[in-house]
Parts: sequence; C-alpha cells; structure tokens
Amino acid sequence: MGRVISMAIVLLVFWLTLSGHYTTFLITSGVISAVAIALLAYRMDVADREGHPIHLGLSALTYWPWLVWQIILSALNVTRIIINPSLPISPTLTRVKMSQKTDVARVTYANSITLTPGTISVDIEGDEILVHAITRDNASDLEAGGMDRRCTQFEGSV
Amino acid sequence: MDVALYFLSWALLAGGGFFCVVGAVGLLRMPDAFTRLHAASIIDTLGVGMIIAGLMVQSGLTLTTARLGIILVLVFFTSPVASHAIARSMRHRNVKPVLSEDRTGEGS
Repeated sequence: MGRVISMAIVLLVFWLTLSGHYTTFLITSGVISAVAIALLAYRMDVADREGHPIHLGLSALTYWPWLVWQIILSALNVTRIIINPSLPISPTLTRVKMSQKTDVARVTYANSITLTPGTISVDIEGDEILVHAITRDNASDLEAGGMDRRCTQFEGSV
Repeated sequence: MDVALYFLSWALLAGGGFFCVVGAVGLLRMPDAFTRLHAASIIDTLGVGMIIAGLMVQSGLTLTTARLGIILVLVFFTSPVASHAIARSMRHRNVKPVLSEDRTGEGS
C-alpha cells in the first residue's frame, strides 16, 4: 500500500510540474486523477517493484552520473571516427555475459549498452546479450565487464 | 541574465548543434544499417542532451527547467528502445551486418 501512496504522490508532482497553473480547480482535479490512477494501477497489479521501482532511487543517483560520463566519452570517440576521413570502423558482433537477476536490472544493462554510442544490444539469448559494436575496441571494453559489474551493483543495492 | 550564464548556455546550444550535424554526417557515411544506428545514437545522447542543457541554463530555476528535465529523461529512456527495436528486427529478418570480426561463432 505504501507503494500505491508514493505512486499517487509522484503522479501529483508530475501533474503540478506540467501544469504550472495553481488554481483550486486544477489542483483538485490533479489530486483526483493521481489517486484514481494509483488505485487503478493497484487494481491492475502493476504498482509493484517493477512498475514503480522507487527502491532504486538511491543507487540510481550513483549509477546515472557514471553512465552519463561513459556516454560522453564514447560519443566523443564515435565523433572522432565519423570526422576522420578514412572512417576507421571495424564492426564487430559479440556476445556479452549478463550477471543480473531481475528484469529491471537486465533492461537497465541492455538500455545502457544501446544508449552508449558505439555499442547496440541486438538480442537477448538466455544469459547473454548479442551486441553490435562499431570497433573491435568497443566490443573488447564491453567484454571486460565494467558496465556489467556496475549494473549488478545497481541491482544489489535494492 | 548573467553574462557568464549567457555564454555557457550558447556554448551548450552550439555544441549540441555540432553533435547533431556530426550524427547526420555519420548517418550518410556509414556503410550499413547497423553502423548507421551508432551514428544516430550521438544525436540522441550528446546532441539532444547538450541542447536541452543549454535551454535549461537559459530558463534558470523555473518550472520550464523541470519540464525540460522530464523531456531529457524521456528521450534517454525511449531512444535506446527504438535503436534496439530496429537492430532486433533486422536480425530477425536475417539482415547481415557488414562485419570486420564475428566473435559469436555463428559464421554469419
């Protein structure tokens, strides 16, 4: 039930942020909509650890800045490749182990791989992700498993 | 508006524009669809990220900044899903990527 209440509060804050007009009528309808949606989500059984993963809040604060830094580094790397007149690419297809247990952490890992320029997660086969990388080095970096460990930490601090 | 903030915001906007152009050039230069996705992901991340950051500096501590932040988070969650959907559908339709090396052991 705590999760339903926190979901209603998050939805209400979202409403207030998007609205910006704080009249009695608009705030009242915001409260009614937020509570109605939270109750509907509760009835539909989606207000659980997966649908409203508020327990990931603290570990996201350390994981996201690290991910943003990785994205900047690899985006600059891919930019150098594109600007280089000889286009030094060496496309590589590889499989990467994923050691996460929960679906949320697995999606986070696959999404992080795709979000980082230079690597795209193509498919999931059992415990492995099929990854297309733009250079051999990008593939080797991912195979080294730094991001995998980070995502497992992200999951472990639940 | 403070002069330093003004220049910071325009530096971010110009940088974002630069990376969007780089991504577009990459889209045209890359040899096949898989490698083109890599070029497009520069636009999704650094291009959009820097433009929105520049706009946030422009609007200061207002509700607009909070809304821009929501847009940024939305793009960061949805754009990899779109890239992945394209890559996965190409694989399922047996589109063969141009490869220098295949470490999967499929010999495709």
